[in-house]
Amino acid sequence: MSDNYQENEDFVTFFIAGQLFGVPVLRVQDIINPQRITPVPLAPPEIAGSLNLRGRIVTAIDVRKRLGLPAREGKDCMSIVVENGHDLYSLMVDSVGEVLDVDQSSFERNPPTLDQRFRDYSQGIYRLDGKLLVILDVNRFLDYSRSADAA
Amino acid sequence: MDDLLSEFLTETGEGLTTLDVELVKLEQNPNDSELLGNIFRLMHTIKGTCGFLGLPRLESVAHAGENIMNKFRDKELSVTPTGVSLILECLDQIRDILATLEATEQEPEGDDSDLIARLNAHAEGGDQAAAPEPEQSAPAPVDVAIDVPDDDEEEDELEKAFRLALGPDELAAQAATEVANSEPAAAPEPVAEVVELKPAPAPKPVANKAAPPAPKTDAGSSVANQSIRVSVEVLENLMTMVSELVLTRNQTLQILRAHKESDFATPLQRLNHVVSDLQEGVMKTRMQPIGNAWAKLPRIIRDLSHELDKKIDLVMKGAETELDRQVLELIKDPLTHMVRNSADHGLEMPNERVAAGKPETGQVILNAYHEGGHIIIQISDDGKGLNTDRIKAKCVENGLISEAEMDGMNDQQIQQFIFKPGFSTADAVTAVSGRGVGMDVVRTNIEKIGGTVELNSTEGKGTIFTIKIPLTLAIVSALIVECCKERFAIPQLSVVELVRTSAHSEHKIEHINETPVLRLRNRLLPLVTLRDLLKLSDPEADEAQGETTEVREDNFIVVSQVGTYTFGIIVDRVFDTEEIVVKPVAPILRHIQLFSGNTILGDGAVVMILDPNGIAAATGEIAVADTDMGGYEDRQAAAGEENVAMLVFRSGSGAPKAVPLALIARLEEIDLAKVENSGGQHVVQYRGQLMPLIPMQSEMQLGKEGRQPVLVFSDRERSMGLVVDEIIDIVEDRMNVELSAEKQGYIGSAIIAEKATDVVDAGYFLTQAYPDWFGTESGKENFESSRSRVLLVDDSPFFRNLLMPMLSVAGYDVKAVESASEALSLCDAGEIFDVIVSDIEMPGMNGFEFAEAVQENHRWSKIPMVALSAFASPADLVRGRAAGFRDYVSKTDRGALLTTLQDTIAELKGAA
Repeated sequence: MSDNYQENEDFVTFFIAGQLFGVPVLRVQDIINPQRITPVPLAPPEIAGSLNLRGRIVTAIDVRKRLGLPAREGKDCMSIVVENGHDLYSLMVDSVGEVLDVDQSSFERNPPTLDQRFRDYSQGIYRLDGKLLVILDVNRFLDYSRSADAA
Repeated sequence: MDDLLSEFLTETGEGLTTLDVELVKLEQNPNDSELLGNIFRLMHTIKGTCGFLGLPRLESVAHAGENIMNKFRDKELSVTPTGVSLILECLDQIRDILATLEATEQEPEGDDSDLIARLNAHAEGGDQAAAPEPEQSAPAPVDVAIDVPDDDEEEDELEKAFRLALGPDELAAQAATEVANSEPAAAPEPVAEVVELKPAPAPKPVANKAAPPAPKTDAGSSVANQSIRVSVEVLENLMTMVSELVLTRNQTLQILRAHKESDFATPLQRLNHVVSDLQEGVMKTRMQPIGNAWAKLPRIIRDLSHELDKKIDLVMKGAETELDRQVLELIKDPLTHMVRNSADHGLEMPNERVAAGKPETGQVILNAYHEGGHIIIQISDDGKGLNTDRIKAKCVENGLISEAEMDGMNDQQIQQFIFKPGFSTADAVTAVSGRGVGMDVVRTNIEKIGGTVELNSTEGKGTIFTIKIPLTLAIVSALIVECCKERFAIPQLSVVELVRTSAHSEHKIEHINETPVLRLRNRLLPLVTLRDLLKLSDPEADEAQGETTEVREDNFIVVSQVGTYTFGIIVDRVFDTEEIVVKPVAPILRHIQLFSGNTILGDGAVVMILDPNGIAAATGEIAVADTDMGGYEDRQAAAGEENVAMLVFRSGSGAPKAVPLALIARLEEIDLAKVENSGGQHVVQYRGQLMPLIPMQSEMQLGKEGRQPVLVFSDRERSMGLVVDEIIDIVEDRMNVELSAEKQGYIGSAIIAEKATDVVDAGYFLTQAYPDWFGTESGKENFESSRSRVLLVDDSPFFRNLLMPMLSVAGYDVKAVESASEALSLCDAGEIFDVIVSDIEMPGMNGFEFAEAVQENHRWSKIPMVALSAFASPADLVRGRAAGFRDYVSKTDRGALLTTLQDTIAELKGAA
C-alpha cells in the first residue's frame, strides 16, 4: 500500500540507537509519552506489552529489540502509534524527531550489505543533508506471520 | 403491524435491491458462479420466507424465478439478457405485491400465471422460448393493474413499454441505470450500513422515465422508517468513548472524595448518574438476548407442522442468554434454517414415530448457554437422525466423492457431507426443503463470525447440531486475580470455587514429585501454578528475600472446570469480579493459547484474559475433541492448494513431529538386538551396509531388545536411520510453517491435523550421520565433482527446506535463494549452475520475469531453466516456454522434478 510514493512524502522521524528512521505520516495515529504498560507473558521478547490508548488496546513493540539492538538505557521512552489492519501498535523508540518532507529523488534502495533485520524492515533510504533516513516498512515490521518465533 | 411481517418487508426489500444490483452484474459476468450462488441464495431466502408467512402468491412468483436461477446455477441454461430481464420482471412483480402488502397487510388478489408461465417456459425451453416472449409479455401489466394502486400501474406500463422497445443490450444498460438511480433510495449496502432513510421497497426512478412523479408510499407509514440501522462500528466507537468517560468520571469522583466540601459535589453527582445511564444505554444497544433471534421460530414451526402434517413441539431454553447484536444478526438466518431442517428432514411422520416407539409429537430443542468464552447454541431433534447410507449414495451420485474413498470413512465423516455445497437428501424439491442451499450456507455464515458447527447424529435417535460462537464482543463477568504483581482476568463461568490455602490451615498444598496437588473434599485436585505457566517472576520476592517462591505460605487457588476436567490454578491474590468487554488480542499475540483476549479494567489498566481451556490444554490434560473430523475437513478444504504429504511421528515428549514424506526412503522397524556400536555411533546392518542410527532426541537411550521404528533416509550409496518413538500417521495438508531458528534440528512448527507439530529439519540429522552429507552445500570445494549444480529459487522457506534436502539426497549440489533478485545477484557474483529451478509465484520479480532476465543475461542465458509451480495448467506451460523455461513441474510432484532434472542435465551433457 505504501509502495507508491508521491513526489514528496511526509515522514514522522524517530531515532533508534542514533539512527534516524521514518514512518509515513499517514500511518501514524498518535505520538504518546511513556505509559503504563501491561506485560504480556509468553509473548515474543520485543513485545513490551499492551496499553490503553483512549479505550483501545494497543500492543507495544520495542523497536530496538525487534531490530536486534541492545536494550535502551533508562526506562521511559516515547512511542509512535501506528495502525495496521484494525489493530493499533505502539512502536517504542528512543526519541521522536520532527516531521520531514522529503524529496522522492533522494530515495535509494537498501544497500545489499545492510544487516538482514534492517533490510527486512526497511523500505529504502533517503539521502538527507548530513544524515540518512531509513524508512521503516510498517507492514513488514508488524508482520509476524513471516518470522514468528514460537514463544 | 405484525412484527414478523414488518421484519419480512424490510428484509425482502433489502434483498430485492441487492438482487437488482447482483443480477445486472451477473448479466455482465454470466460465468461468475459465486455471484450466481449469491443470487440464488437471496432468491431462495425470499421464497422461503414467503412460504412461512403464508403468502402463496409471492411464493409462487419467487419459486418460478428461483427455478430459472437454479437452471442457471446448474448450467442447464445459459445466462442471457432475456433470462435476466425475466427475472428482473419477476422481482418487480414481487415488489408490487409487497407494496400492497405493506399498505393493507394483505396479499393482493391477482393472477401471476402468465408471468409464471413465461418464467417456466424459459426455464424449460431455454433460449428458444425467449424469442416470442416480448409479445407474450404484453398482457402482464393488465394483471398488475387489477390490484396495485394507479401510479404503480402507470409506472409498470411505462416500464414494460420501455422493455418492449429495447433490445436486450439496451435493456441491460437500462437495468443498470435503473439500479444506479434507485441506489440512493435503496437500502444501503452492508459496507456503509447507514441510516435507512427511505422505505425499503425502493420507489422506481420515476423521473428518469418521464412518468408523472408519483411517490408510491408516503414516508410516514413505511415500516422501515421506524427503526434505523447504525453500523456496528459506530456503536463500537460509542462504546469505547463511553468507557473512557466512565474512567474519567471515576477519577473525578476520586478527587472529589479528597475534598469533602466542594461546590462540584452536586454537579458531579449528576454527571455520575448520567454517565452510568449512558453506559448502560450504550451497552444495551449492543447486547440482546438470543430469544430475539428465536422470536419467529414458533410460528415457523407451527406453519411447518401444518404443512407437513407433523406434530412438532419446539422447546427453547436459555432464551435470555445475551449475545452481541452483530453476532445475533449473523446467526439468525442459519438458526432459522437449521430449525426448519430439523423439523422437515429430522422429524418423522407421526405414524412412523409411533411405529418406532417414540411419542407422536416430535421435539425440536433449542438451547443456548455460555461456556468457556463461547456461546453454545444447540439445536437438537428426536427424529430419525442422519441416514449415512443415503448420504453416501447422494455423495457418489453428485460426484462429491468416489465410492472407494467413501469406504474408508467413518459415519461421522460421512455425515459431514451435509455441509457441502450442492448437497440435499430431500428427494423432492418442495417449498420447504432446500435445493442444496442448506447446510453449506449455514456453515459459511457461522464460520464468517469465527464460529464452528458440530454435528452429532445417531440413526433413529435424532440429530444434535452444536454451534459454537466465540465471545469476541460479548460482555462477561470475570474474576480478577494477581500473580507476580500482574493482574489477569479469568472468566467467571469457568470458575467453580476459590480455595485459600496456608501451611497451617486445613487446606494445604502437597506435592508429589514436585507436582502440587490439593486435597479437596476427599478428592485430589491437580494444580497448576500460574507463575510457572506464564513464566513470570516476582521482582520483589527476587530482590527482597532471594528465597525460592516455589511455594508461598498463603495461596489462593482458583478451581476451574473445563468439560469434565477440574483443576486448580495457584495465584497470589484474588480481587473481586468485574464485568469486562472481551477484546481480541493483537494478531501477533494470537498464538499464545493461554489467553482468550484482553480487556480494559475500570481503572484503565489493560489485563490479559486467561483461557481455562488453553490452560487445561497446556497442562496436557485435555485432548482436543474431534480432531479426526476437523482434520479431515481441513484437508478437504485445502485440496488444490499446495498440499504436502507429511509423516507425523512421536519422539520424546512435547508436540508431535513431522517430516516431509518425500524425503523418506523407507520406514523400517529395526530389531534393537541387532544394533551395534561403532565409532561412538549406533549402527545397524541394513541391506548389506552399515547404516548409522541417529536418535531423534539426543538423550534418547536405545533399549537392548524389542523393535524400534526408524525413518530411513537414503542417498545413492548410503543411508541413515532416524530413530523415533512411534509413527503416527501420514497427513496430506497445506503447510503453513512458522519458522523459528531457535531449536536445532527443527525448521519450525506447523499445524498439522489441528495439532501444533514441530517440523523436523531432515538436513540437520543427515549431517549428524555423515557430516559431509551436504558437504557440497557451500559450493566451492566440490565444484569439480560430478555433482550437477542446481539453483533453486523459491520464496517459500518451507519449500526451500523441503526441496533442498530432497535434491541433495538425489545427488545434486543445491543452492537455494529466496528471490529472483537474489538469484540474479549470484549471477553477477559469477556463480555458474547447471540448472535453475524456479518458482513462478514470487513476490517482487515473478518466475516469468526472472526467466526473461536470465535469458537476457549473457552469462546465464545457456543455463536451462525448470519452472516450479503449485498449478501447472497448459496455459502456464505455454507462457513458461515463451519466457524461456525448458519444462514445467508441479511443486509437489517429487518424481517429475527429479526426472526432469535428470533429462535436462543428460541433454546438457550430451550437447557438451
